[in-house]
Amino acid sequence: MLLDTANLHTFIDAFHFIQHNTGLLATKALEQLELSAAALAIALVVALPVGVVLGHLHRGSTFAIGTSIVGRGLPSLVLIAAFLTVLGIGFVNNMVALAVLGSGPLLTNSYDGVERVDRDVVEAARGMGMTGWQVLRSVELPLAIPLIFTGIRVAAVTIVATAPIAAIAGGGGLGDIIVNQASYRLAGVLAASILAMVLSALVFVALTGVQIAVTPRGVRRTSVIGEPQRRELQ
Amino acid sequence: MSVLAAGPVIPTFGKGSSCVTGDHTFCWDWVQSHWSDTLWPALWQHIELTAIAVVIGFAIAFPLALLAHRFHRLEQPFGIFSALLYTIPSLALFQFLVPFSGLTVTTVEIALVAYTLVILFPNIVQGLDSAPQDVLEAARGMGLTRRQMLTRVELPLAVPAIVGGLRIAVVSTVAIATIAATLLPKGLGYPIFLALKEPTPFKTEIYSAGVLAVALALSCDALLVGLRRVLAPWASKGVA
Repeated sequence: MLLDTANLHTFIDAFHFIQHNTGLLATKALEQLELSAAALAIALVVALPVGVVLGHLHRGSTFAIGTSIVGRGLPSLVLIAAFLTVLGIGFVNNMVALAVLGSGPLLTNSYDGVERVDRDVVEAARGMGMTGWQVLRSVELPLAIPLIFTGIRVAAVTIVATAPIAAIAGGGGLGDIIVNQASYRLAGVLAASILAMVLSALVFVALTGVQIAVTPRGVRRTSVIGEPQRRELQ
Repeated sequence: MSVLAAGPVIPTFGKGSSCVTGDHTFCWDWVQSHWSDTLWPALWQHIELTAIAVVIGFAIAFPLALLAHRFHRLEQPFGIFSALLYTIPSLALFQFLVPFSGLTVTTVEIALVAYTLVILFPNIVQGLDSAPQDVLEAARGMGLTRRQMLTRVELPLAVPAIVGGLRIAVVSTVAIATIAATLLPKGLGYPIFLALKEPTPFKTEIYSAGVLAVALALSCDALLVGLRRVLAPWASKGVA
């Protein structure tokens, strides 16, 4: 068994590790971001339109809510391991598994956002002679932006935070170091763990900033973190 | 510090039927012969890890939520804090805690409890805050004290939101507890890790442990929906 004893000195060692291996850690962090970006892109292309269209048609609420419950109940490890048996070890397997994980919050939030737009507003838009497409584009989507963006943020953070687990299936990223104590020792494992935490926190902060920036002024009455955050946790 | 890095791995397949040695898609005979020595213990440990985390998490979140409900200024800071905490990758959090509490169940539970808090707290607060103004006015008009309003009006009305929070907390904890296997040979994550350590990942073990984990999450969810039906029958109409 290769176990150095873990104690609070390990933190000092971890910071030394960060100092001496900046290049390695930066490469791994970048790998993780690449994998996460690819997965998020797929989830955006697949899940977002489905949620928006279902919300616009006011159909499939069972499907949209069911996705979020099943999505939370699917352990990332199980998902990654199961896809690995089908797609083999590597980037593609992890990308697909992470995309599936991210699709849950994206679909639910975009569905919710569009579906819950005030019916009166939609009626009024129709009364003005707008077509279904125009209603969606100029009325429902702008009003749904806060929730849709919450979905994007939650999906992105979920994906970045889960990506280290992908290392188990040859995914690369900081997880490579975290699960390989034999090569990197305790200090390296701890250093990579700290960086992985910082990375997801940064993604969260950055996307919250973007969210505040893209939310139309008129819809900005409630704090971006406060209200939608609670919705997503329901 | 990590099971993955540690020592030789005991092969979990290799003997057995041609299905098992040939690693076919799913070998029912492997499940039968390893139910009692691998799958059932892992499932039971998983239930234990989850139950302890949710019970402790609720015991901490509930009084905190009562406080936040009483002093609204605490809500926003805790909301932001908990949103940030939830972004922490579980794999990293488990390792981060090892220098403090070692390779123990305690380490695993600290992390799991932290994640449940983040979910339970906002849901309980939201539930307590959800009583309509008219109802509160009426209660005040009937001469209820602040304490009576809490126990007779706000708490009963909060039950659906609280159970909603419990559903998410339990389901997420079942999912995150699989990662605990990076620290300890416990829970349904462990057989999956062992299967992944094989030269070619052993499919039957991955699928059977995976299905058990998902089934556990879904049955806990169903149980809690049942609980809500009993405690708050008015809330079950038209809600999933």
